[in-house]
Amino acid sequence: MNPLSNEEQLHAYVDDALAPAERAQVEMRLRADPDAAHRVEAYRRLNLLLRAALDPLLEEPVPERLQHLPTLRARRTSWLRPAAFAASLLLAGAAGWFLRGAADSRPAFGDALAVQAAAAYRVYTPEVLHPVEVGAQQEEHLVSWLSKRLGAPLRAPYLGDAGYRLVGGRLLPAEERAAAQFMYEDVRGRRLTLYVAGSPEQARETSFRYAEQNGVSTFYWIEGGLGYALSGELAREELLKVAEAVYRDIAMRPQKPRSQ
Amino acid sequence: MEEFERRVTECIPRLRRYARVLTGNSTAADDLVQDTLERAWSRLRLWRPGSDLRAWLFTIMHNVHVNGVRRRRAEQTGEPLDIAIGGTQEQRLELRDVTRALAQLPPEYREVLLLVAVEEMPYAQAAAVLDVPLGTVMSRLSRARAQLLSLTNGDTTPGLRRVK
Repeated sequence: MNPLSNEEQLHAYVDDALAPAERAQVEMRLRADPDAAHRVEAYRRLNLLLRAALDPLLEEPVPERLQHLPTLRARRTSWLRPAAFAASLLLAGAAGWFLRGAADSRPAFGDALAVQAAAAYRVYTPEVLHPVEVGAQQEEHLVSWLSKRLGAPLRAPYLGDAGYRLVGGRLLPAEERAAAQFMYEDVRGRRLTLYVAGSPEQARETSFRYAEQNGVSTFYWIEGGLGYALSGELAREELLKVAEAVYRDIAMRPQKPRSQ
Repeated sequence: MEEFERRVTECIPRLRRYARVLTGNSTAADDLVQDTLERAWSRLRLWRPGSDLRAWLFTIMHNVHVNGVRRRRAEQTGEPLDIAIGGTQEQRLELRDVTRALAQLPPEYREVLLLVAVEEMPYAQAAAVLDVPLGTVMSRLSRARAQLLSLTNGDTTPGLRRVK
């Protein structure tokens, strides 16, 4: 970091963010500079006022809906014990939880996403000669091309730890928009696809949902304005592990540029 | 796991306060808290035990809020913060002035004040929560305080009046 300006030093002094030596330096300056000393006083006073104004909020009773977190428990079960996943989905569904706000467009978009992803999986994974449009050896080009076409920064998650390597990807139609498909395979040649499409503005973010069609399992979710669907001919628990790896990879390395 | 749940629950009042400062409105604030808690649970595996839970939850809240605002493409500022004020008449006036002034600041200034001045987070932690460089935290903080002071200039406190 750049050295602090005089003014920044005063703030850092007030917020107790200075090393002892710098602290002593500022204190010396304050004795010689009444204007700076007044500012320091004013900043301190603001801190006190803000705390006095906002601390009472901590005493407010927590509303019912945040207190009991029943929803959180249902979700937690699903995450921590994959074996209980089906059961918890049922439970959560019964509680209206995964479908909270069933009137909004989320289920419709999510369901369509799962169907399209599974269809694209079935069409392209059996391909021997042309499974992808752009291969993994041109990963950077692939990702920037698809990002451009979807109008959103994408990434091809690294799934090496789950035993899958990137084969490549292609551009696909999704409703009126573009979608991307990344294909992966393991050492035995078993393939998975990650299908990504822009979500409608009003679609809410969701946690994992699961669908199975004709032997193709799909986990799908909506996050950060994009719908993701991971499809494969795998048991649910096995696919869930990979889905979590995808999720983690995307969540841990946000694409957005650091804002100033 | 129960330990995690207990600690998250302990953070709820602080999350509600942060949310209130961000949104200005108690219903929107509790919606934001709920979304944040949901997200936190779905990301449980990303939380490193031993790391600061408050900072982690605040980071999630900041992101949920920023994404929501970006999606709505509308930002409300200047609406009075929905905060009840107690104390003596004189204190109430003073606190009312400062909350009013706070409500007029841009959200990124309100946020940095909440984190640093009220929550007393170290600068580096506030920078991590907001996903901005340390220098940005400092420049926002100094601008936020300058604006807050100029907005509360009509205040009767001598300490504030002396300052331009």
